[in-house]
Amino acid sequence: MSNPISLAFKKAKEEKRPALLTYTVAGDSSKKQSLEILKAISNYADILEVGVPHNTPVADGGQIQTSAYRAIKNGIKMNDIFKIVRDFKKSKNSKPVIFMGYYNMIFQYGENNFLKKCKKSGVNGLIVVDLPWPENKIFSKKCKKNSINFIQLLSPTTSNKRLKSITKDSHDMIYYISMLSTTGGKLKVSPKKILANYNKIKKISPKKNCVIGFGITEKTISNFKNTDGLVVGSQICKEITRSLNNRQNPVINVSKIVSKLRKKIS
Amino acid sequence: MKLKKGIPVIDQGDRLGFWGGKFGGNFVPETLKKPIEDLEIQFNKLKNDKNFIKERDKYFKNWIGTPTRFIKLNNLTKHVGGAQIWSKVVSDANGGAHKIYNATVHCLLAKRSGKKVIIGDTGAGYAGKMLSMAAKKFGLKCKIFMGAKDIKRQQPNVKAMKKNGADVIPVYSGSQTLVDAVSECMRFWVANCDTTAMCVGSTVGPAIFVRICGWSTSQISRELKVQLLNEFGEVPKKIKLYNCVGGGSSSFGFWNEFMDYDKKQVEFIGVEAGGPSKSKRHAAPLTYGSKIGILHGAAQYVNQNSDGQIEETESISAGLDYPGISPLHCFLKDTKRARYTAASDEEALKAYQIVTKYENLRPSLEPSHAFSVAIKEAKKLSKDTVVIINSCGDAYKDRGILEKKLGKKYVKSN
Repeated sequence: MSNPISLAFKKAKEEKRPALLTYTVAGDSSKKQSLEILKAISNYADILEVGVPHNTPVADGGQIQTSAYRAIKNGIKMNDIFKIVRDFKKSKNSKPVIFMGYYNMIFQYGENNFLKKCKKSGVNGLIVVDLPWPENKIFSKKCKKNSINFIQLLSPTTSNKRLKSITKDSHDMIYYISMLSTTGGKLKVSPKKILANYNKIKKISPKKNCVIGFGITEKTISNFKNTDGLVVGSQICKEITRSLNNRQNPVINVSKIVSKLRKKIS
Repeated sequence: MKLKKGIPVIDQGDRLGFWGGKFGGNFVPETLKKPIEDLEIQFNKLKNDKNFIKERDKYFKNWIGTPTRFIKLNNLTKHVGGAQIWSKVVSDANGGAHKIYNATVHCLLAKRSGKKVIIGDTGAGYAGKMLSMAAKKFGLKCKIFMGAKDIKRQQPNVKAMKKNGADVIPVYSGSQTLVDAVSECMRFWVANCDTTAMCVGSTVGPAIFVRICGWSTSQISRELKVQLLNEFGEVPKKIKLYNCVGGGSSSFGFWNEFMDYDKKQVEFIGVEAGGPSKSKRHAAPLTYGSKIGILHGAAQYVNQNSDGQIEETESISAGLDYPGISPLHCFLKDTKRARYTAASDEEALKAYQIVTKYENLRPSLEPSHAFSVAIKEAKKLSKDTVVIINSCGDAYKDRGILEKKLGKKYVKSN
């Protein structure tokens, strides 16, 4: 039995390329516009990460913070975010959606309610930045019961012992953080080293789809063609900010970037 | 939920770092798991290591200057006319506040683990000032994250940090106060944890930081216990310990040694910042019944909206201007060991005026909150009750605000 996230990876693999995952913040710069952006970039991306904005993010760099603060300032609420996903899922080019955010938003909504609402809206997976293993054991089981992928994160500081336990407890997809950095940092580690770590993970857990994120941009993405998937976030958020500052349409500009990213790995 | 006797409160958390099963924990990005675990192993070993304790005590005594004074405020006692009012003058400590204990311990730990850089957050600027002092003393490079709004209102401490060679990094995100400074500091640590040690400036953050800070500031109550025995020959029958609570480091340290006493004998009163009396905003999550949420890696009572966005706080005192509160205090509240209340900006200012009028003591705006409630309650208490206020900071840093609010004479007379 395959879920939509695994199918997306399978399809990319058949096309002999990594899956392209994008990250945009829900409600940036408005509810309507963020939905339009999702619809536009889903022509080129395989899986869409939708950031749930939080105002005390401990792992996000400047670009994503700017997007998140903009969305919050414009009044985005948790229920609006669910609605954006539901509307997006009705569109013809709909792709799997993964929520990425911080645990307090889930905690306040109530874990069970949150998952119910995810299921109803069509959210396929969750990345909870500040709910690491083993703290996430119970919640990730709940996700599985609701057919929602709980995506475990791995980082260069993760010990081998942890790596084994985490991958064992992970679902179909895992996320490797390329370097010690907040999101949007410059790639300060050589692609070779990142790929060595990536291969180490794949060796331990060959069947799981492993994506690499942090520091992936138009400039660096082609170094990682032989992977399961790649996440681009900050560059997209930056482009939204740039477009707004120049009074241009972010929807067009962002979809141009995502189309370029796709070409670079195809 | 129960407080255990005979076990230090900092060690009463469970395997995952939760006090009472629900406060604290480690809500951190995967990248920080390893450095936090390393710090846990190091601290758990060293806190029972005789040589390390000896080293700590040497610096506490010769450099920080222990013990700080324990004095009776005779004039204030007479003026109020009720309980005896005493003060533990923790602002005597090198640098002028209790933050020096935690800063010193973190630098000792960083030194031992071979780290060359130490980073920290600051609100009132004391945590930053003390960390910059300790870093200089121990030969570490130092970066301090501080909200842009706080940089403006606490200039004397900013100058001190720079003089000590620290980089002061202004934080412009969010409300530009302590909450954003802590976030930014944690973000920097995420990106640099292989070379850099982090000092969280209060008993907040992931569990290990709560524990290290509580362990460090407990020096205050260790001293006080000895001073009480010297003064009264015993721990008096009725004591009330008043302390302001922002993150909660000075109050926890002021109370820790007395934890196992019955609260009828030694009562703890924590005073939060109620904010301007006309404003709905405050920094008093325990007093005003805020819900449990996650902030900076720990579950705690925290000011937030129904979605879980952290709310902006408002207080005249930068040191108390924090939407959350230490998990230790959540635990002490729910086990009913401590009582919490709030004082408004105006009440704190009034208390500052009263104290400085009657005594040769000038508490900063933070302890002025505690003085306000203590003065009010002492009136109604008997003469054999010993009211003690922790004067944990000196008002020098508040010169600008005091001059603006009360006029020049309150600054000049200092």
